[in-house]
Amino acid sequence: MFKAKVDVTLKKSVLDPQGQTVLQALHSLGFKGVEGLRVGKHFELMLNSGDMKKAEGDLKTMCDKLLINPIIEEYSFKLEEVK
Amino acid sequence: MKAAVIVFPGSNCDSDCWHVLNDVMETKVQYVWHKETSLPDIDLVVLPGGFSYGDYLRTGAVARFSPVMNAVQKHAKSTKPVIGICNGFQILLETGLLPGAMLRNRSLRFVCKYVYLKTENNKTTFTNRLAKDEVLQIPIAHGEGNYFCDEKTLEELETGNQIVFRYASERGELGGRFNPNGSLGHIAGIVNKEGNVLGMMPHPERASEEVLSSDDGRKIWESILNSLK
Amino acid sequence: MTTTMQEPEINQKLIESHGITAEEYKKICEILDREPNFTELGIFSVMWSEHCSYKNSRPVLKLFPREGKNLLVKAGEENAGVVDIGDGLAICFKIESHNHPSAVEPFQGAATGVGGIIRDIFTMGARPILSMNSLRFGSLDKTQNKNYLCGVVGGIAHYGNCIGIPTVGGEIYFDESYEGNPLVNAFCLGIMRHEDLVKGSAKGVGNSVYYVGATTGRDGLGGAAFASRELTEESQEDRPAVQVGDPFMEKLLLEACLELAKSDAIVGMQDMGAAGLTCSTCETAARGNAGIEIDLARVPKRETGMVPYEIMLSESQERMLVIVKKGKEKVVKDIFEKWDLHSVKLGEVKDGNLMKVFENGKLVAEIPAKALTDEAPIYQREMKEPDYLKKVRNLDLKNIPEPHDYNQVLLKLLDTPTIASKAWIYEQYDHMVRTDTVFLPGHDAALVRIKGTKKGIAISTDCNGLYCYLDPYEGGKIAVAEAARNVACSGAKPLAITNCLNFGNPMNPDIFWQFRKAVDGISEACRAFETPVTGGNVSFYNESPKGAIYPTPTIGMVGILDDIKLRVPSFFQNVGDTIYLLGETFEELGGSQYLLLEHGLRQGIPPKLDLKKERALQDLILSCAKARLLNSAHDLSDGGLAVALSESLLGKINHPLGATVNLDFGKHLRRDSLLFGETQSRILVSLNPKKEHEFEAQAKRNGVPYFKIGQVTKGGLQIQSLINLSSEQIEKTYREAIPGRMN
Repeated sequence: MFKAKVDVTLKKSVLDPQGQTVLQALHSLGFKGVEGLRVGKHFELMLNSGDMKKAEGDLKTMCDKLLINPIIEEYSFKLEEVK
Repeated sequence: MKAAVIVFPGSNCDSDCWHVLNDVMETKVQYVWHKETSLPDIDLVVLPGGFSYGDYLRTGAVARFSPVMNAVQKHAKSTKPVIGICNGFQILLETGLLPGAMLRNRSLRFVCKYVYLKTENNKTTFTNRLAKDEVLQIPIAHGEGNYFCDEKTLEELETGNQIVFRYASERGELGGRFNPNGSLGHIAGIVNKEGNVLGMMPHPERASEEVLSSDDGRKIWESILNSLK
Repeated sequence: MTTTMQEPEINQKLIESHGITAEEYKKICEILDREPNFTELGIFSVMWSEHCSYKNSRPVLKLFPREGKNLLVKAGEENAGVVDIGDGLAICFKIESHNHPSAVEPFQGAATGVGGIIRDIFTMGARPILSMNSLRFGSLDKTQNKNYLCGVVGGIAHYGNCIGIPTVGGEIYFDESYEGNPLVNAFCLGIMRHEDLVKGSAKGVGNSVYYVGATTGRDGLGGAAFASRELTEESQEDRPAVQVGDPFMEKLLLEACLELAKSDAIVGMQDMGAAGLTCSTCETAARGNAGIEIDLARVPKRETGMVPYEIMLSESQERMLVIVKKGKEKVVKDIFEKWDLHSVKLGEVKDGNLMKVFENGKLVAEIPAKALTDEAPIYQREMKEPDYLKKVRNLDLKNIPEPHDYNQVLLKLLDTPTIASKAWIYEQYDHMVRTDTVFLPGHDAALVRIKGTKKGIAISTDCNGLYCYLDPYEGGKIAVAEAARNVACSGAKPLAITNCLNFGNPMNPDIFWQFRKAVDGISEACRAFETPVTGGNVSFYNESPKGAIYPTPTIGMVGILDDIKLRVPSFFQNVGDTIYLLGETFEELGGSQYLLLEHGLRQGIPPKLDLKKERALQDLILSCAKARLLNSAHDLSDGGLAVALSESLLGKINHPLGATVNLDFGKHLRRDSLLFGETQSRILVSLNPKKEHEFEAQAKRNGVPYFKIGQVTKGGLQIQSLINLSSEQIEKTYREAIPGRMN
């Protein structure tokens, strides 16, 4: 069994007004040191897969096909075997 | 003309589209449930507005994998007309039948109000009854209508005359203050290269009768009917 | 009787923490002929809470006029009242509060409030066709109230937009009285053919009891009991008692249930709202005069380790209980499978009168169904006229100086969030889906058409809490009158009302006196307009350590327009039209927005309402609408004549009209009362000059005083030498008031 953690954010070229709004809110709370903020999504999947390589391949396909929209989003992931 | 309105779990404007085609334009129309794998013999496919699958994951992202979408893609490839309104437009984008993607409105809020649209291309299946630069008053209602594409795609859309409607002022002027959601190039509606698939965020079915605040939307349905003659 | 290992011992502390009094506990033991177990204690605690049982309010609610010739279902019989509208159609509507959850979690509190009222409508077999809401918050000058507004509006939008039911109007008030106690009253109206009516009753021994919809989790545990306790600092810790809604799930449930209602497979349907499975099970049994048995092991759950207490009291949203005709179970399964929803047989309707709850065959609760519903305790609360009234009613106009600059005063009124444009709010609601919305938000009443007929339905939600504070009886009367007047202004005949009664702690005799007086006032007005009460909701305990809210009995008035072509908009339509003021004006400033804003006073008595005169006025408007005499009709309320005139100019965004008006009709009155006083029974109309003669004749026949006060012009509002403002400035001030404060 593998546990996958996927982080999705908007591509850098895409404006992130939600991120900007949250950043401004932090500034107004006194956290002036925050210089950048982007908002994204986090997926956690439990994969019942044969081996790490297959799990990784499947995960990439899942991301490309459904979990992200490659026109506006990019992703990174961590994959580890769990008992 | 014979039309089909595709119904996904969470579609809300299906009955509105059915009504405008059946009662207002007096054409034949039927509903097609998303689980169907083929379409009946029809001319026009309508992907209506709403919140298919609750807009979960991304708007239109799950609906695009519905069984019926294979048949819709085939229908589009045979150059028969397809119109995607609001959520329907979002589904067409996720499917790749139209280029680009939708982001959340710049204001981060849902907006429902009447807007003015400038007709940029009046030679399509959907706009042949409109004059060039004609301004239509049609309402929008969306939280994710902020159209986006990369520079290359935008250039293709512009040179290929694929931009059909832009948000504008009452007089047809373009500008940030007339754009309700921040969409790139003030784009409100586009067609594919072949010109048979249209996606638009505003709802023409909501502005096709005098008793509702505007009937400018009628001309879009009339254009489609006209193109099928 | 066995109990599970996890159930705690019943002791004094546990009984108290469930909000059950010693007498009530005694009564429970008498009913069961033994002590209750933990699960049963929980069941009694929610069913006998104020929220579910109306134990403190029922005797007073019986005073409402509930009879009417058009009523198919009356108040108290089912989830919502049903009114016949002809053509074989009926409408089903109700208003309900979700105040306490919204105070703790504004977004989900408001969202689930919307979800709950929508379910109340489609559980009757009606398709919900519109929503409205009445909201109240503290001053927008405070950040906390901006957050409340944002959260509540966001929640209503989130739920209503996703489920595809247009939110077509409502009202919003801002006053420090609602500080910390926002009011969120959600209204929904549905339409059905007579034969589609489904009652919430378990009949027919052997019929199956089905659970359909979302899975059950630990949402809102103790939600009903929670609503019955006041909000304190500790309430923030009660966050787990807030439910989380899924509008997509409810959309599927709605479609599936309406398909089910049209089949002949069911005998009853009841939504699981407050007190979830408990309430729906015992209520359907009680209404059906039957017994009912369910097994909790079959309930689809989304969390592990849930005990019977939790399963019975869970307020997970988007679930329904359906009583299925024996042998027709497949119909139910097929419909719900199509929509990818759970449908599970939980048990059966039985002989007798007991609600028996099992878990895997083991009996975990056994209570006579009616003991939880009809036989819940009823209390006659004490009431006493409050002392504050003598003080606040003191108002000597001689001590109120007239303003120097009337322009500034008018602009101040237009800038106050209670009066200003609510576009910031309603542009977040999809108010056009279903393509039936004929009047966009901003008109006096919401107006929708009914496809396939010539008809239209008009709705208005109204209540002036400040008037009710100064005089709950008059305030109650006025709330109904204003709602009826708004409906009449659209050309529709008022039919019936629903009400949401928002008050403080009913154990306080002052508050209960306010409650009783408001109900008396509402009842009198309803009789005068022949608009019976079809149902509604009571929300008590709207108090914080600082005190109670204004008594706020919100009225939802529904009217019928026989021919949608005869509708009358609220705004001036043409340059050159003649403007008339209908109704006499008196020197009344008590409780007015002008007195509050300009002089900082919440004093006086509300303007007097003469129900006969009001009725004559409304009948006049209706006959003028039928005769197509009017181009616009707008009632006068907050801010009086000057505000009503200003609002009438703003029908088209960025294209305001103007008006030139004289005040000859009130030469003997103080000018501020002429311009800003809120005298009742007055309507501003505009019409084609050619129709003046006929209009005046009609007004004379109805005995309604009329005054020709001016003309619609191209621009600028000129009211004698007192007001001279550009229409652009009026529009800008009015439209920017709320967005300006929210940015």
